[in-house]
Amino acid sequence: MKHRLGIWFFLGSEIAVFGGLIACYLLYRFRHPEWGLQAVHTLTGIGAINTVVLLTSSLTMILAHWFVEEDNFKSAANYLGMTILLGIVFLLFKSYEYHHEINQGLVPTKSLFWGFYYLMTGLHALHVIGGLVANGIIWTGLRKGFSTHRIESVGIYWHFVDVVWIFLFPLLYIASSGGAQ
Amino acid sequence: MTSWLPEDISTYGHGIDHTIRVIYYIVGAWFVLTEAVLFYFIIRYRKRKTTTATYQPGTTFKALAWILLPAALILVFDLGIDLVQGPVWNEIKIYLPTADQTVRIKGRQFVWEITHPGADGKLETPDDIQILNQLVVPVHKKIQFELQSEDVLHSLWIPNLRLKQDAVPGRTIKGWFEATKEGIYPLACAELCGSGHGTMKGQLQVLNETDYQNWLKENRSLEVGRVE
Amino acid sequence: MAIIGGYLAYLFRYQLAFPNEPVPGYGLVGPDQYNSFVTMHGTIMVFWVAMPILLSGFGNFLLPLMIGAGDMAFPRLNMTSYWVFFLSTVVLLLSFFVPGGSFSGGWTIYPPLSASPGYTGVIWGGHLWILAVALEFTSMLMGGINFLTTTVAMRAKGMGLFRLPIFVWMINIASILFMFSVGPLIAGAFMLLADRLFDVGFYLPASGGDPLLFQHLFWFFGHPEVYVLLLPALGIIAEIFPVFSRKPLFGYRTIIYSTLVAGLLSFIVWAHHQFISGIDPRLAAPFSVTTILISVPFAITLFAFIATLWRGSIRLTTSMLFALGMLAEFLVGGVTGIFNGSTAADIYIHDTLFVVAHFHYTLFPVTFIATFAGIYYWYPKMFGRFMNETWGKVHFWITIIGFNAVFLPMFAFGLAGHQRRIFDPTLFDYLQPYQYLHVIATVGLIVMLAGQIPFIINFFASLSRGKVVDRNPWLANTLEWLAPSPPGHGNFDQEPVVQRGPYEYSHPLLKERDWISQGEL
Repeated sequence: MKHRLGIWFFLGSEIAVFGGLIACYLLYRFRHPEWGLQAVHTLTGIGAINTVVLLTSSLTMILAHWFVEEDNFKSAANYLGMTILLGIVFLLFKSYEYHHEINQGLVPTKSLFWGFYYLMTGLHALHVIGGLVANGIIWTGLRKGFSTHRIESVGIYWHFVDVVWIFLFPLLYIASSGGAQ
Repeated sequence: MTSWLPEDISTYGHGIDHTIRVIYYIVGAWFVLTEAVLFYFIIRYRKRKTTTATYQPGTTFKALAWILLPAALILVFDLGIDLVQGPVWNEIKIYLPTADQTVRIKGRQFVWEITHPGADGKLETPDDIQILNQLVVPVHKKIQFELQSEDVLHSLWIPNLRLKQDAVPGRTIKGWFEATKEGIYPLACAELCGSGHGTMKGQLQVLNETDYQNWLKENRSLEVGRVE
Repeated sequence: MAIIGGYLAYLFRYQLAFPNEPVPGYGLVGPDQYNSFVTMHGTIMVFWVAMPILLSGFGNFLLPLMIGAGDMAFPRLNMTSYWVFFLSTVVLLLSFFVPGGSFSGGWTIYPPLSASPGYTGVIWGGHLWILAVALEFTSMLMGGINFLTTTVAMRAKGMGLFRLPIFVWMINIASILFMFSVGPLIAGAFMLLADRLFDVGFYLPASGGDPLLFQHLFWFFGHPEVYVLLLPALGIIAEIFPVFSRKPLFGYRTIIYSTLVAGLLSFIVWAHHQFISGIDPRLAAPFSVTTILISVPFAITLFAFIATLWRGSIRLTTSMLFALGMLAEFLVGGVTGIFNGSTAADIYIHDTLFVVAHFHYTLFPVTFIATFAGIYYWYPKMFGRFMNETWGKVHFWITIIGFNAVFLPMFAFGLAGHQRRIFDPTLFDYLQPYQYLHVIATVGLIVMLAGQIPFIINFFASLSRGKVVDRNPWLANTLEWLAPSPPGHGNFDQEPVVQRGPYEYSHPLLKERDWISQGEL
């Protein structure tokens, strides 16, 4: 009860941070239709794969939680391990994207669109890393066979990180040339 | 209190002064009344041997009326203040009258660069007169200004005109004033703009029509057109 | 930190009263230093004095005690929060010593001035400023999560929501306001840091950015922030009034409801800081209406406090004096806010010393007068001894007289047209005739600062020499007075079971005494 409340209050403040950032981005985006043309250069394909990766990791997270409730710590650890792996895969894809973009000269100072792109995805990636660390701690616990109610808290957090990506993906990748003439 | 205000030399200044005065009397009366009640209670209900406190939790509507009714009155006065100030604000900041003349005022760390229209009365012509920190206008004329900034935020502050408007880089903000009295008045920057903020000052010079025409002639040598 | 903040105030006030004369104990204050001192004074007083004392200090000590809990919900989070705060303090203090000095772009850090180091010449001071404030926010967010969770999950048996002391309500409402207002500013600060470090230009028109965006983000946080500070202070005096007038707090629920309304309103008033900042002037009217409207819920609260005194039996202890002083002085700040909230009057008053006087009349009573009231009142609970009352009263009168001497003249000076943040008013001819007001204010400040010496001595001397007290020296009802003084680990000997509301003083059914603890059968 305590931990669930704590994590929800924490997410409340996180929503305000990402919400603020997204609101700023949208305000500017409406003022700059030409950003649509710049968004074409994002790797939408890899972004889509990454979306699937994160969604799957949320699924394995739910399964891990379910097995903890069933007192089956071994399966829980396996599923949590899968979540962690998928998180790492997400970050690898993301770094490939950064690498590709920077090679093309699309750096944060290139334009405000790229500024927002790096700021938003970068902040999100930091959250993924944070989630991975938390998951890792729980995973070692499960492997040693302690029951831990904290899996629920890290689970809620992981889903939140997933949801943020669901917002970022269409805003930064998909909403490309459409708006621009 | 309002006697502290400097002399008002604009056509709309009295509206602002009036608003300040109205608020002053309203909140002043409330303030004195509230403090009086507070001090009266403190003195009247000091601990004495013979009396004890009355149990009054203020849960019934009848008891709460003692605080809710004054609060409702405050609401009425609030709306009153809104009604007084609204038209003043609209006149000054929203409605832009047809201008007799336009000047451009540009803030830069730490000077005001002021472009007056020359004899032709138009900006962007070769006879424009550009001077630092010196705003010269004819009396009884509606002057429209275009306020700009080259670097950081500044704020055009002319106390006697009751005029204050921030200058924002990337924008041209339009406003107006009409001076009613000849003379020389202070002009300053009211928004922190860096180390020289406290030295960023200038002058507003209000001239009568003849003097203004003379000033235009004298300063023809300053014709710089569009610099930079 | 309060001492550093006060010292900075002394430095720049002295410069204002006696421009370009070396300040005793420091030396000459130049324009850059002046800006930097003003900036750091504001930053320190708001983020490193008011918030940590009112929320973290009083909140952490009192909130678990008042709801009958053994500790906060997450003690380890609390520790982390403390160390993050400590780190933020180190980072901020470090910024005084880096090349270029500390940040000088005003505590509101408006870009473009703050967005490019070139405009102020301060490079590292600005980076460190943002970093320190970010850490401080993180620490306060952790604290807020802890307060909310503790209040929801750890209340003693029988402690219903409408039996909570007002202080607990206020801390929680303040935590919620902080939590939902600070996020966008954190996002904005990331953007500002990106501008400073990598020249991205989020706030620079040359790259399509807009400086006004930051003002919106700042004040969307900034106005609720004022209430984040105000509410705990009102909570403190709401605890003291009933005890020393031996009466129930008048209109308990009404106070809670009106505070909630004020909290909600505070999210839709922010643009009153920006009437003349270049926003669309048509936006001003609705924001002005909401701003002036906010006077109503606060008027209800303040009237309720005054009504609490009616037909009471008032004892003017030091803490009650400070609580009454807070109310009396805060009223000045409250009513002068109407001038700033009014669009037309604000054209003239904005960015003048009138505004400075106004917000010091709100924030000084909140930050210091209420804090002193709280310290004199809860000192026996914290340390098991009384503070000296006579010296306490001396402290009270010097503080009040000094404070008014500093800030009353500023109302007049602001109306005379004195704009803010200029380091040498004598450069402006029209301000010359009133220069004596600066001298009065500076003398007032020195008197007020000197008046804190008796307090500091009293505070430390009473640790060992104060009169020893029992658990409930003031005969108060709230749960903290059931615990030992000072409360040991776990706070209570046995978990209290709450029977009634917190302010049942002088109830007609009570015989022989006029109080009955919340936890008494």
